[in-house]
Amino acid sequence: MRAGENRVWLLHIAVVLVILALHFVLPPYHHGILARVMVLAILAMGYNFAFGYTGLLSLGHALFFGAGMYAMGLGITGLGLSPGIAVLFAIVCSVLVSAIIGSLALRTAGVSLMIVTLMFAQAGWYLILYFGEITRGDEGFVIPQAQRLVAGIDLADSNNRYLIALILFAIVLFTTLKLVRSSFGKALVAIRENEERAKMLGYNVFAYKLGAIIVSGTISGLAGAAYGLLFGYVGATFASVQYSILPLLWVLLGGASTILGPFVGTLFMTYLIDISSEFTEAYLLVAGVILVLLTLFARQGIVGEVKKRFAPWLP
Amino acid sequence: MEFGPNLIIALIEGSVQAAVLTLIAVGLSLVFGVMRVVNVAHGEFFMLGAVLAWAVASFVGGHPAVSFILALIIAPLLVGILAAAADILILKRINYDPENTIVATIGILYIIQQMTLITYGPDARPVEPPFNHRFSIPWFEYTEQGYSMYWPWGLGTTSYKLFVVAAAVAVIVLLWLAISRTKAGLMMRATQLDRDMAQSFGIPVDRVNAIVFGVGAALAALGAVLIVPIQQAHYLMGGEPLLLAFIVVIIGGLGSLPGTIVAAVFIGLSDGIISIFFAPTLAKILSTLLVAFVLIFRPQGLFGKAVR
Repeated sequence: MRAGENRVWLLHIAVVLVILALHFVLPPYHHGILARVMVLAILAMGYNFAFGYTGLLSLGHALFFGAGMYAMGLGITGLGLSPGIAVLFAIVCSVLVSAIIGSLALRTAGVSLMIVTLMFAQAGWYLILYFGEITRGDEGFVIPQAQRLVAGIDLADSNNRYLIALILFAIVLFTTLKLVRSSFGKALVAIRENEERAKMLGYNVFAYKLGAIIVSGTISGLAGAAYGLLFGYVGATFASVQYSILPLLWVLLGGASTILGPFVGTLFMTYLIDISSEFTEAYLLVAGVILVLLTLFARQGIVGEVKKRFAPWLP
Repeated sequence: MEFGPNLIIALIEGSVQAAVLTLIAVGLSLVFGVMRVVNVAHGEFFMLGAVLAWAVASFVGGHPAVSFILALIIAPLLVGILAAAADILILKRINYDPENTIVATIGILYIIQQMTLITYGPDARPVEPPFNHRFSIPWFEYTEQGYSMYWPWGLGTTSYKLFVVAAAVAVIVLLWLAISRTKAGLMMRATQLDRDMAQSFGIPVDRVNAIVFGVGAALAALGAVLIVPIQQAHYLMGGEPLLLAFIVVIIGGLGSLPGTIVAAVFIGLSDGIISIFFAPTLAKILSTLLVAFVLIFRPQGLFGKAVR
């Protein structure tokens, strides 16, 4: 058991170190893509916590991503907060939003839960458009470079951006790894596998699921804040339904309820879309085909298949 | 214009919306009711109907009425066949598992939408209506000389819009008769009530599923052929009707056809009215929140009766 424990931590530390090493060797173009993938993988990891580990199919994570992004962006440009404080503010807002949405939406389950989360996210997106004078609507707004200095570090610089994305990615990676191996995470899996039994064993199922949504929503909100801050742009697109579907796609492709799956899925999908967009403007066709193929032939995703065939110890 | 004439305009525009929305939502509701499938790709079948109507019109040429009648037949038929094929090739193979079905239909959504972008292109294209007589509606006003009748500027409609409403009503009545009076309708209802029991009584449940999925998609396509002379055909036009249809089906009570029809008229009209007097976005915010709260606190729908 002890050896297995070490193996898990070593693997994930190795992944982070490899990404750190890539920082020094990657050409600028791929360096930029990987920075973006790391931030989006944070969103995917947050999504996976609810969808993969707890079995809650949400189509509303764009709301959390958007909430974090707008809280950070408006915190800087509207309230005049410094970037560090603005990110903290975004986290607080994400906790609040996910607690409210979770306590309402979790009264339903299954397909209803998916529709309720979708509707809340759509309402949030329409709210952003409705208050266009503040949020600049579809057009969005840019966070000026002068306001993206944290303790003298310029976030607009691509090297700093990569390293900060890596730090945040690593924090979330190890936090979720720790969480899913804790008794809290094990209870969530128990609820996913058999909710009635978990209830009978005395677990407060609602409280656990709410906890899962809050963790998931907060991580997604952090991803939104980080994305807006690192890439200097806040826009309504990031709160649209596409950003609810994409994390689902990344997690399914990489492997639901695996810790590395979300990152692998985001990486693969980003490159697939990047390559296909060279040939056609209909690059989302790839997303559609992959979604259908995944449901038909590879329900476990990439890391899930590896786990099933070669490494059952993967968390 | 004053409040009264404005309200009349809103009611007319609202009933055109409501008519088409009813067709789309009934298709979605039928599929959910019989197959327990949440079809996220439903809006794309609507969009395909509109694009096919344009294709027929530009391919056939001649008088718009000829191509309109052809499109009324061809578009729903092709879309229905495509949907039935998708059911057999994809949905049946994943055993209609609820969550996988959602993921698969999201995939189908992107495939249809992006294939349309590749073939049809990103432009919005108009289709000429088969007939289009404008007429004004008089309004009465109390003046010093008593009531007088006048024709306010802008208060009017076209014969085609009235035709859309009538056609939608006719289709719904026909569908109703087909479901309640024919053998195929009986098989469908039997499948809806108890799939396993229906199967053991020799009803080809797989075929019923494929046909229901096809008919549901064909209804959306039919709605699109009707609306496309008023709107325009565009590859992204499926998103908004999908959302509205979801709203309707949920408020009407999932799987209940009468509830769906009542809700479609209610949502179509109120959307039209709220959009004219307030911001359209506000109407969207209110209706999406309404759906969320209906599902949370009254899952059988506003008009549905409690089931199970």
